[in-house]
Amino acid sequence: MVSKDAFIAANRFGLGPLPLELSVIDKNPRAWLKRQIVVEQKTPPLLQNLPSVAEIMRIYVRNRQQGNRGQGNRQGNRQGGNRQGGNRQGENRGSGMSFRQQQGRDYRNSIYARTLNVLQSSQPFAERMVSFWSNHFTVSNASRKIIGPIAVAYETDTIRPHIFGNFEDMLRAAIHHPTMLLYLGNHISMGPNSSGVLNPRGGGRGRARVRGLNENLAREIMELHTLGVNGGYTQKDVTEFAKVITGWSFGGRGGGPEGPHGFRFKRWYHEPGPKTVLGHVFDGGGEDEGIDALKMMAHHPATAKFIATKLVRHFVSDKPPASAIAKIERVFNESKGNLAKVSEALIDLEEAWKSPFSKTKQPYELVLSTYRALDIGEPNKNDILKSLGELHQFPFKASSPAGWSDLSEDWLTPESLMRRIEWTRALAAKLPRSVKAEELFADTIGSVASKQTTFWVKAAPSSEEAIALILASPEFQRR
Amino acid sequence: MNITRRDLLKTVGSATFLAAATPGITFASGPTEKRFVTIILRGAMDALMAVAPYADPDYARLRSRLAVAKPGEQEGALDLNGHFGLHPSLSALEPLYKNGELAILHAATTNYRGRSHFDGQNVLENGTVKPYGINSGWLNRSLSLLNVGDRRIGLSIGHAIPLMMRGETDVQTWAPSNLPTANSDFLDRLMQVYEGDPIFENALQQALKSAEMTSGVTDGMDKVRPGNIQLKLLTEAAGKILAKPNGPRVATIESGGWDTHAGQKLVLGKKLTELNDGLAALRQNLGAVWRDTVIVVVSEFGRTVAENGTRGTDHGTGGLAFVLGGAVKGGKFIGKWPGLAERHQFQGRDLAPVNDYRSLFKTVMHDHLGLSENHLEDTIFPESRDAKMFNGLIRKS
Repeated sequence: MVSKDAFIAANRFGLGPLPLELSVIDKNPRAWLKRQIVVEQKTPPLLQNLPSVAEIMRIYVRNRQQGNRGQGNRQGNRQGGNRQGGNRQGENRGSGMSFRQQQGRDYRNSIYARTLNVLQSSQPFAERMVSFWSNHFTVSNASRKIIGPIAVAYETDTIRPHIFGNFEDMLRAAIHHPTMLLYLGNHISMGPNSSGVLNPRGGGRGRARVRGLNENLAREIMELHTLGVNGGYTQKDVTEFAKVITGWSFGGRGGGPEGPHGFRFKRWYHEPGPKTVLGHVFDGGGEDEGIDALKMMAHHPATAKFIATKLVRHFVSDKPPASAIAKIERVFNESKGNLAKVSEALIDLEEAWKSPFSKTKQPYELVLSTYRALDIGEPNKNDILKSLGELHQFPFKASSPAGWSDLSEDWLTPESLMRRIEWTRALAAKLPRSVKAEELFADTIGSVASKQTTFWVKAAPSSEEAIALILASPEFQRR
Repeated sequence: MNITRRDLLKTVGSATFLAAATPGITFASGPTEKRFVTIILRGAMDALMAVAPYADPDYARLRSRLAVAKPGEQEGALDLNGHFGLHPSLSALEPLYKNGELAILHAATTNYRGRSHFDGQNVLENGTVKPYGINSGWLNRSLSLLNVGDRRIGLSIGHAIPLMMRGETDVQTWAPSNLPTANSDFLDRLMQVYEGDPIFENALQQALKSAEMTSGVTDGMDKVRPGNIQLKLLTEAAGKILAKPNGPRVATIESGGWDTHAGQKLVLGKKLTELNDGLAALRQNLGAVWRDTVIVVVSEFGRTVAENGTRGTDHGTGGLAFVLGGAVKGGKFIGKWPGLAERHQFQGRDLAPVNDYRSLFKTVMHDHLGLSENHLEDTIFPESRDAKMFNGLIRKS
């Protein structure tokens, strides 16, 4: 029988054990986790062949231009990705699909690739960190503010490389990315006294029509990404910070230093003059103003507290104990936001190893841990995507920039529990006979199952029902 | 003499008596036959585009690209009273206003004065004066006074239960789904497995009870597309369930996507169409009980008076509420109007919050559902005495 610690390492810190993996983890659960803390993160093979941001943005921009010229949306990408060769996820480019069909297909393919990568991963703690930070820096396709397939590219470019790097670097990468700038509308935000506003080209027609400030990104950086809503900023700070990051945009046919459609600092959008945010004055007149302001916020004490609270809530309990928050906050402050050190400190929290069931798996975790536990090879694309949709957690579809809730009460309502039950029951009915209930039980919850769970699983009238009971049990649904 | 609960609570009025009498008390008149629906629009709906003060000269000046056109012009407002007009997408509301079944509370919000969606929604739903002031919803606290026996008066539509409906009192739930239902033998076994985990056990019990009440609701409805659930699907189900003779009476429905910082004209036009269709479907499915119904549509706060630099609006303060239903004495605006000019704006940017949502909620809970003033002031909306109730908003039946 494996230990409770192996169960916690695999489920709370990982994304559920692969078949027979628990006994490997059990040799030293903490060491198994710490081995996954690798500063240099490479892009996993399954994600390497997805369309790049530049490619996706090119299609998007061309589509808009054609739409603007009244040519409609069809043939949005006649030449699109052809020069990339044929063996890519988006291989049917140029087949006459509408822009919307094409982006829908690319979105689904990218989510499938992302999911398969996690299903097969031998670094599930690193993958959990990717999804934690990706949720912290949420971009969402729910209101169609971004184009679907770009979300995975955004995560691969900005989140993944920094999960065990520095918070400051991740913050800058995420905010700097065209996806975030587009999602929260900063790409078109202009300072009221910028040259673009005061001397619009073309008499204010065409693109120059839009001119002025949009404070959305500035507010959400302060409220959701760094200081937290009680972090001590005012409306004035929000407005001033919004001015600091005017000009943070992307694109243009020529593009910026980061290539076509990459980040571009548009000087003529930028508000001149000094701006004061949280008592700090920013007055360089360029992109560095924003970089310096983000740096200041990344190292602000309110940020350490806010991030520590979120991490402890994720890894310990919906009601994060103050003692644990204080430890993580201290490490965050002392290491200047070194996320490898912070991750180690999370593993070292005694509070995280007390109760194996204090958190409820979110639907995404439930689907992943289920397929990880079942020894059935690569699941079908439609099965995976439908499951995530039916359980209301399709990746990059959170309803707001706050991302998905990390509280059980938001995921364990009567209706959502019933959907989980129905989903596990339907899945069990179509599994191959090679999946054995006794093996699944031993490979997942066997070491921690309650008396009644063990009894009813054994007493089930069929292997199929036994499997469904295992997957629907509180021991499997919690972490 | 037929003593109603309201009479009883009014005449007795003693806090000690009420506290002792509240739990499980049964009244001769039985549970209410009145219906009350709250629709929460998450993201801060722009009140000035939904109900346009088109005759105010400051309106077109401050919103050169976002002002709704005057009535009679292309895509012009639907005139209500010579000063205000509805956004043209809200065509189903126009006849309701003319027939006296829609009232509008403009320039209103809760007492929250920050501009965080999440804190704002929390205050709107918890009913106290601050974010996270309590972890139950004011509507759920009201239900404890309306439930009789095992009957569940509350109904939460959607896969999540909004905070407004969360708390100690059990509520009915319904959410759209395409998954096959699990057979009852399996669920019985699972219930045994859940013994010892009160959260799972309770959630499953609640779900099973709800399934009984809501079976057949989806018959004849559009197919569910999990990625894109339209408000209409939710309001249709709500209407059908609320129309049942022994069903729930008080419902919440949520709608997201109202945060319009950029390109607002297009985005909000679509959202308002969705709201319009949702409200029309709700009315239709309520059928005869429409006459006993009050529907309140609210959002956590409003937006800036002036448009921002990206053809949208930023987070503001004063928003609005639609109050509609056969039990509403409508055809009018209630509350005060602050004007739009800079000197009237809140902190020099927002529509001034001169009206309080709590005034509206308290009026509905008191005049429509018969809750006592003492309960409303003490436990449902603590520290809200300054938010006075409105007179003559609810029809006396």
